[in-house]
Amino acid sequence: MSAPVLVLVETGAGGVTEVSLETLTFARGFGEPVHAVVVGALPEEVVVQLGAYGVAGIHHVTGAAFDAYGAAAWAAGVQAAAVEAGTVVAAGTPRGMEVLAHLAARLGVAMAANAVGIAANDPLTVQRQVLGGAVLEETRMPDRPAVLTVAGHAVEAQPAAEPSTPAVRRHEPEIPAADLVARVVSTEPAEPDRSGALTSARVVVGAGRGAGSATGFDGVVELAALLDGALGVSRVVTSLGWRPHHEQVGQTGSRISPEVYIPCGISGAIQHWAGCASSKTIVAINTDPDAPMVTKAGYAVIGDMAEVVPAINAEIRRRRG
Amino acid sequence: MTSVLVCVKRVPDVGGEVALTADAQGVDARHVGFTVSAHESCAVELAVRVAGAGGGAATVLTLGAADAVEQLRSALGVGCTAATLVEADAGAFGPADVAREIAAVVRAHEAQGRGHDLILLGNDAADSGDFQVGIRLAYELGRPVVNGVKTVEVSDGMVTARGDGPDGVETFRVPPPAVVTVLEGGVEPRYPTITGRMKAKKTAVEILAPRQAPAGPGRVRLTLPPAQPSHVEILGHGPEAAPAVVDLLHSLGVAR
Repeated sequence: MSAPVLVLVETGAGGVTEVSLETLTFARGFGEPVHAVVVGALPEEVVVQLGAYGVAGIHHVTGAAFDAYGAAAWAAGVQAAAVEAGTVVAAGTPRGMEVLAHLAARLGVAMAANAVGIAANDPLTVQRQVLGGAVLEETRMPDRPAVLTVAGHAVEAQPAAEPSTPAVRRHEPEIPAADLVARVVSTEPAEPDRSGALTSARVVVGAGRGAGSATGFDGVVELAALLDGALGVSRVVTSLGWRPHHEQVGQTGSRISPEVYIPCGISGAIQHWAGCASSKTIVAINTDPDAPMVTKAGYAVIGDMAEVVPAINAEIRRRRG
Repeated sequence: MTSVLVCVKRVPDVGGEVALTADAQGVDARHVGFTVSAHESCAVELAVRVAGAGGGAATVLTLGAADAVEQLRSALGVGCTAATLVEADAGAFGPADVAREIAAVVRAHEAQGRGHDLILLGNDAADSGDFQVGIRLAYELGRPVVNGVKTVEVSDGMVTARGDGPDGVETFRVPPPAVVTVLEGGVEPRYPTITGRMKAKKTAVEILAPRQAPAGPGRVRLTLPPAQPSHVEILGHGPEAAPAVVDLLHSLGVAR
């Protein structure tokens, strides 16, 4: 029997997270049986969802050690479930990256972060994002298990053609005290307007250096509100202190994938593009018709955001009567 | 007294178009400057603050070519007081190799009686994006590691680190010596002062050779994503384009 691909699945209020569903879809591309590992609670709806994505077996890792999040303990749990795995995969989220990096260090194997494709199966060679996605790297992965994370939105989540009824196997591993030293001791609930709103927004209105100053954001803030969207900004805006860091889109900020992204006065440096490349439609507003953001956009208005954005706001209000 | 070691990596400061070297093994950096990642700038800032608050010292370390002294001097200019260069071709070192070399320096410093209570790194390097050097380092040294935090402080003999988790701001508390990796956004990196720059120039940089031959990063080659021909549709110029924009937003189903 071939060695299964084990996927570390993250869950939230809506069951399996979207990026984990993408990762399960990616994992089926290895052509081996796909197993899932879930740490902590395993609601019945998650079992059903995993079945829809073709998961043959679920490793449910549970125990008091997992009451509070700690990457080393999580990795020990995944390790217990990974005994037969030929490949271990997680979504390229902070948790996914961290737990698999621990796993790779524990197993003494390589880890490839932010894979976007499988270039060859024998020997396994994956394609992954470097430089925030501006460059792709082909990386050879001779170690077993091969450990890798999948870049967000590298593939679209697709349920399996043949749903399965996964067998659930429970693990209650003994976690050594050393693996419980670094764990969350407290969590302060995030304010509702923090970056979570940005990453889940259907519409993001972006603003960059073209805003001109800290007082140049009224128009884009209003446009975001009119479209029930969120405001996202480029790095220069946060480093100049014009807007808070949690609004930053890019390689070192949030990665967004809205239906519509409206970048205003953003030239489109690769670091910003890394955060917005997954937007379905881009409508750029920029004075420079040759700015990368304009040439990469689907639609553009050539003009000063200080004039164009208020005109759009007025037009939306006018049509609403 | 808290002794902090902060690790940085010299990376090409690319903003627009990226070009690759002829052998497809690296970024063609002939026409760009060099920097460290935004995460690492914040790690340096936190190192200086933690060392300052505890009457300790911050040491900056990098593995790279002789040119990487430029990045060490930048960190010296904002308050680090010692610097170590492991002189090597960074491109030939995989994340496990780098972690092993940092661990060797930490042990060497320890043997000299200047062990580091806290080791800070960026969450991930801006170029290779491996997301694992800090964690591998922690395993090499047998120390706890907290990953991807925005602030860190040392008080009452404990390291407290805070960062954004899926459900809010998470706090970790670990005993030193510990490894912490930093994300941009918690602190504003300071600019070097004139006196800082002067001091930085005078500080001797400890130069070491790598302890062992690297296993390498497993890189076969780099490629650029296929260039997308521009299909941009210009909706208009200036405020007169507003009706066309709103028509489009309606057709995309995002305007009421």
